[in-house]
Amino acid sequence: MLTVGLSHYLVLAAIMFCCGLAVMATKRNAVGILIGAELVLNAAGLNFVALSRYAIGRLDGQIVTLFVILLAAAEAAIAIAIFVNYYRSLATIDADAGDKLRG
Amino acid sequence: MTRFTAEDALRSRWSPDAKPRAVRAFLAIAVLLAILTALLWVLATRLTGVPYLLSTLATATALLLALCCLGAAVAIQFSHLVGRILLRMAFPIFIVSLVGIILLAWAPSLLYQRVDALRAQSDNPGTPFLAAAEIEAHLTGAPATGRGWAALSAYVLWPLQFRLTRDVLAALGVLGFVSIVGAFGIWWERKVAGRMQSRLGPMRVGGWHGWAQSMADGLKLIQKEDVFLAGADRVLYRLAVYVSWPPAVVLFVALPFSAAWVGRDLDVGLLFVFAMLAVGVLGVLLAGWASNNKWSTLGAMREACQMISYEIPLGFCLLIPVMSAGTLRLTTIGQLQAGGFHTWLAFQNPFLLAAAILFFTATLAECKRAPFDLPEAESELVAGYLTEYSGFRWALFFFAEYAEMFAVAALGVILFFGAWHSPLPAHWGEPWRQGPLWQRALHGVLFGGPLWFVFKGFCLFYVQLWLRWTLPRIRLDQVMHACVQVMLPLAMIALLGNAVWELLVSPGGRLAWIVNVILTAIGLLTLLTTVGIIAYGYLNRRRLVGELAVDHLPGA
Amino acid sequence: MTKVASRLKLLPAVFAILACTAVALGQPTADPPGADPSATPGNAVAFYVLAAAATLAALGCVIATNIVRMALCLLAALAAVALLYFLMAANFLGVIQLIVYAGGTLVVIVFGVMLTSRVYGQKLRPRPGETALAWLVCAALLVGLVAILLQTTWPAAPPPTAYSVREIGQALLTDYLLPFELASVLLLAVMVGAAYLAAPLRQGAKKC
Repeated sequence: MLTVGLSHYLVLAAIMFCCGLAVMATKRNAVGILIGAELVLNAAGLNFVALSRYAIGRLDGQIVTLFVILLAAAEAAIAIAIFVNYYRSLATIDADAGDKLRG
Repeated sequence: MTRFTAEDALRSRWSPDAKPRAVRAFLAIAVLLAILTALLWVLATRLTGVPYLLSTLATATALLLALCCLGAAVAIQFSHLVGRILLRMAFPIFIVSLVGIILLAWAPSLLYQRVDALRAQSDNPGTPFLAAAEIEAHLTGAPATGRGWAALSAYVLWPLQFRLTRDVLAALGVLGFVSIVGAFGIWWERKVAGRMQSRLGPMRVGGWHGWAQSMADGLKLIQKEDVFLAGADRVLYRLAVYVSWPPAVVLFVALPFSAAWVGRDLDVGLLFVFAMLAVGVLGVLLAGWASNNKWSTLGAMREACQMISYEIPLGFCLLIPVMSAGTLRLTTIGQLQAGGFHTWLAFQNPFLLAAAILFFTATLAECKRAPFDLPEAESELVAGYLTEYSGFRWALFFFAEYAEMFAVAALGVILFFGAWHSPLPAHWGEPWRQGPLWQRALHGVLFGGPLWFVFKGFCLFYVQLWLRWTLPRIRLDQVMHACVQVMLPLAMIALLGNAVWELLVSPGGRLAWIVNVILTAIGLLTLLTTVGIIAYGYLNRRRLVGELAVDHLPGA
Repeated sequence: MTKVASRLKLLPAVFAILACTAVALGQPTADPPGADPSATPGNAVAFYVLAAAATLAALGCVIATNIVRMALCLLAALAAVALLYFLMAANFLGVIQLIVYAGGTLVVIVFGVMLTSRVYGQKLRPRPGETALAWLVCAALLVGLVAILLQTTWPAAPPPTAYSVREIGQALLTDYLLPFELASVLLLAVMVGAAYLAAPLRQGAKKC
């Protein structure tokens, strides 16, 4: 327990992943769902870096995590733009309120 | 019903015999403490080792307290005399405190060098750390006795071997430095603002130009009431300070004050400083949101928008010296500029000079300083995101802002203006670095070191203060226009130009040399002109400014 | 119904207990002792503290009903993960996480929160049935994942000296050049798309 190895990081990433999944499943606020997605992406990034450092010994995992961070930022920007539009149309940010196909 | 009249205000709150009673009480305590000191001293002479250290410390503390009580008794007895002496000696007290702080900052590095020298000459290279007895033996050259000055020095030097102690001391040093920069920055700003508005600024507190004004303000702010904001999210209101202040302090960990004076010499040090500046934006947003106040929220959103927009040209301007230096490590970038005034990165090619100017402008916007301070403009948005903050929380926000101002000035100094080196080339003073103490001190003063770094940082800090009280502020749409349509293209052109320069121009060639000479001449001319104007203004101050220039309170 | 909803707040604690149980029951893969010079007790303490912070922050995201508090918890989680990257000697990635994620993505998210909330501090609560089902699935997934992770034998690599930024830059321009260029095109598309979507409506026009 005193020397930290790969399994510790992977378990932590699994915990964060499941928390993110719980957030995505239980929140009605659309921005809250986005926050859950960010948690999931963070967990994935942590996974990649830990495996790259302990199991592979090269920095391929770090490059992948770099791209993950990049894409998460892009996704958050577009998502917020969509939510702003959603809010303008429906006057609420409740994800459950978007159940009609009409705008 | 009680009435409070003018006589009540003027009458002393102390009863007539309070003063002699206080003097007698303090004298009695001083005598008791002196007896305690003597007893502890007798005890100390009979012990060895760690108990000796503890009893010696106790003796010293008791002696110090006894002297303090004696001093308090004397001060109370002759209070008006003491007050007059303090006022007259205000300026010497200020200078002595400054020198004392500098020596206090220098002492640990000297002690570290001593301990490292002792470790290097230790007999067995297997154990990395020396025990206290071994240190004492090395110091005296005789077997350890556990008593005497050598033992005490050994006990002082022993914890300084470990990285943990050094890190703790460095953290304390950083906190102290940030507090001093915050406190004196605010005082200096008020003096500069006053002088530029034909008034004096703080003059009373502490005697000489109100130098203790910040201390008085700090004491006032600490004892202010903790405001309970109705309808606001209390957790967020409190947490916003913790998101804004720590990054401004933590970035000093990666900021090198000299080649050897750096908390952690990160290989991504430059980006770490940039990251801490970026995280500070969130504190602004949360502070504005948590106040439950339209003006705060508006101010916060404008401010965050401005800060993150200007991070883009700032990033470009950071990339340009990185391209020339080939590393993100701040100490390496600093060491590159060790050869004298002409080796400073700003004078290497015109794109770097442009980058320096653009960097300075972008950091003005990043730190919400004028002319980009619309978000916290007092005349328009009350105080922007800080409207609902008072007391110590407000003080922490302001400390964070001034710390950030100094940090970006310091970053500009490291990247463009020679880091911690003086205009003289460093290799001229090379033999003095290993000499006796006075030679090393002189080397630090003449050829570079933390003092030069702080001095140059404060020069750029002064330019930031100067611009705030000179230029009018610009509207938010003008701010955005300046960012995206002026600074971003200029920064991109500078980046491309620098890339082309690095590729095509050979570093030792004639073109590089000519451009270096021209830019150095321009830089020298600017510097001399500025110093000349300041000197001219100071020497002719009575003629130019009038009675404000005379250093006493009007009517005194 | 509200009593059930308030009881559901205990579920995170159950969650945490399940996670700890799964960890305790599994067989951790032992790294060869003495092979990694950076496996000092200090690093272990740092890891546990940061892992606790990340877990608590993630749980805080789940529990919080106020959206801005969720964003704050996300900030804590991001900072903890950035510090974990530093601990794993991925310095460049740590600062990029702080700059892009904490200083960029999170700011965008908080902006989104401020622009889309009509009532200050409004809480949107899900139905308790949904919450219970979600918790069940996530708990089951967690137990399964942890059990699998702990029972796999992972390959052990020699410990790295230090990853330099220069290597990352060279990898980006040689091995990973195509994703790099595609990412830049993607970012251009994202910028244009976000600017279009978030632009104010013209008179009488509607955006889909």
